[in-house]
Amino acid sequence: MEQGYKTSPYPKEPITLYHRFRGLPLIQENCDMEIARKCSDLCPQDAIDAPAKTIDLGRCTFCGHCETVEDGAFVRFSENFELGAAQRNELVTAGSLPDLADHSQQHFKKLFGRSLQLRQVSAAGCNACEADTNVLNTPFFDLSRFGIDFVASPRHADGIHVTGPISLNMKQALLDTFEAVPSPKIVIASGSCSISGGPFYGSNEIVGDLNSLLPVDLYIPGCPPHPLTTLHALLSFFK
Amino acid sequence: MDNLLEIKNGVAISREAVPEVSYEQFFTTLADFTRNEGFIVQFFAYEEQGGYKLLAVVRNTGLYIIGTTVEKTFTSLTGSVSEKFHMFEREIAEQFGLKPDGHPWLKMVRYHKNYSGAKDVFGNDYQNEIPGNYPYFSVEGESIHEVAVGPVHAGIIEPGHFRFQCAGEEVLHLEIQLGYQHRGIEKMLPSMPQKRLPIIGESIAGDTAVGHNLCLCQGIEALAGLKIDRGAALIRTIALELERIANHIGDLGALSGDVAFNPPAAYFGRIRGEFLNLLQILGGSRFGKGLVRPGGVTHLMGEEQRRLLREKLKEITPEIEHVCDLLFTAHTVQARFEHIGTVTKEMAKDLGLVGYAGRACNIPYDARVTFPSECYAELPANSNHVTNGDVNSRATVRREEIMHSLDLIALLIDKYEMLEEQPKAVVTEDHMLDANSVVVTINEGWRGELSHCILTDSNGSIQRYKIKDPSFHNWTGLAMSLRNQEISDFPLNNKSYNLSYCGFDL
Repeated sequence: MEQGYKTSPYPKEPITLYHRFRGLPLIQENCDMEIARKCSDLCPQDAIDAPAKTIDLGRCTFCGHCETVEDGAFVRFSENFELGAAQRNELVTAGSLPDLADHSQQHFKKLFGRSLQLRQVSAAGCNACEADTNVLNTPFFDLSRFGIDFVASPRHADGIHVTGPISLNMKQALLDTFEAVPSPKIVIASGSCSISGGPFYGSNEIVGDLNSLLPVDLYIPGCPPHPLTTLHALLSFFK
Repeated sequence: MDNLLEIKNGVAISREAVPEVSYEQFFTTLADFTRNEGFIVQFFAYEEQGGYKLLAVVRNTGLYIIGTTVEKTFTSLTGSVSEKFHMFEREIAEQFGLKPDGHPWLKMVRYHKNYSGAKDVFGNDYQNEIPGNYPYFSVEGESIHEVAVGPVHAGIIEPGHFRFQCAGEEVLHLEIQLGYQHRGIEKMLPSMPQKRLPIIGESIAGDTAVGHNLCLCQGIEALAGLKIDRGAALIRTIALELERIANHIGDLGALSGDVAFNPPAAYFGRIRGEFLNLLQILGGSRFGKGLVRPGGVTHLMGEEQRRLLREKLKEITPEIEHVCDLLFTAHTVQARFEHIGTVTKEMAKDLGLVGYAGRACNIPYDARVTFPSECYAELPANSNHVTNGDVNSRATVRREEIMHSLDLIALLIDKYEMLEEQPKAVVTEDHMLDANSVVVTINEGWRGELSHCILTDSNGSIQRYKIKDPSFHNWTGLAMSLRNQEISDFPLNNKSYNLSYCGFDL
């Protein structure tokens, strides 16, 4: 009682994150090519394509390094946390993303719109993605009020939510978990690791791309994705 | 002791200065040292001109280094000297195919091919991708049964395999087999461009992003001769303490949940989020990613950030005190926390437990006091009052550390406001590293002693990068906690340690 009501009014009311938060990058199309190239060279994730003036949000860890070049002349990160996408290529962005709600498949909304049960599989992530997914169960986000829950058994699940770059040592357990989920089932790739290998791209101990193993329906970028990024993606895609 | 060279935390030395002794001398020196209140910080192998060398970094109240050359087989220290070596020797065997002869239980650590292409010491076939494929220790008898859990657990949690040998409800033995989170970090780091190093450093263990990356950046700074300004050191210290508080609070919430006391579980869960948001105010990421870089920090504390930090801490401190009271004064909670999962002080010393797992057993070691980095030398130390080695002690140590860290942050913000010179934000740049050098960095992460060790070659390139998470010591502590406990108390014990799978698996 004394703690009062702490649940966020989002999504009924918009919510603003602190201005230092790095969300959707805004790209200056008219930026000098040299500056874009400098950003591309500096990017630890090789996420920036200078000639095309795009950033691959599937590779980006939102470290903000490119933003420091010439005071953000090429790119600036906005506070917009709505980053989910239905197609891998949509994550290669010049600063805007298609509306996720319009791109989701209607039969998913029909099947899972009222009740969505997910089995989370941590496959060699650093536990930041896992931690900020777990947070959705705290009173502030209160995920279950939307009819969405993370469940213990894959038999009770409608799909899997995968984090991490998929180590060779977790590959079989991941495939077994997917196999155990009854059809129709969905696959969600959460965090830059499961989308592209993230910070570990190039390691020969990882698979590095969930889509190469299983057909991914929903991509949630970030390192880790902000809880609101995950919440927005789940609500837009399934509700 | 005579063969050991004393070194300083975060100060690079020439590799030629490292004492290079015969394996016999190496063995006796380490045996004497570890039998007399000495502990292992790092102990690992590396390849050098087609041969293999071992390097050991050990501590008592000082920090020491020693090296040797080994053949394919060497006499195990675990077998005849101390359990403290057991995981390190298994790791050496797995990484380079070197065999510690006489190791009482030589089994894989993370399940991967070795780096050198040598014959596998364990006889594993790595075409088979299941690390759990191994004959577990088993107990035989009429009423004995075995419980296997994982790698995929019933929750949003990292993968690992737990094998319990039980007689009825009682656990006789717990064997923990990890490796599912192995990403090959140590192997990949030497070949990475410098711009990728902090990104990887922050992802060794996401809940320790600040701690591990601090070890990495301090190592690069030592090798590149970079000095960081005082303001940056203050911000780094604040970030490390925020990380500590967030994790301890989250774990107290998880412990409440495991004894079915739900109100504090919800409060702690919400309050943990407040601390993650403070890290976001500091550097834009709830996990402190992107904040610490070689040479300093990427974001400074302006008046706005200091005000937001102060206001939130003022608002939230009484709430934390109150929720802690709620948890720790409930008799039903005490009944579930006390005398559960006890590790004696003697055993904790034998195993070399660190962090709150060690402090809860009355081993006061805190790297912030013994090997202070950043601003810790000028800050007051913490002390613990409940040190019986059980779940209650581990929970109480966390509570005491939360309150202590809250005070530290307030002090650090004061100090920041007294700065005579405004610090400068840094960006990642490539730095020339000293050739033929070695540096050891140590920080007290929220779980305990974190340490990185970097060796450079004659060109100043990284030849070997070694990482140690406190979980590398403490997983064995959890296994010992379960001895003769009810299996239903496993979750409670597990949360009281909350060890890192990815920090261990690397």
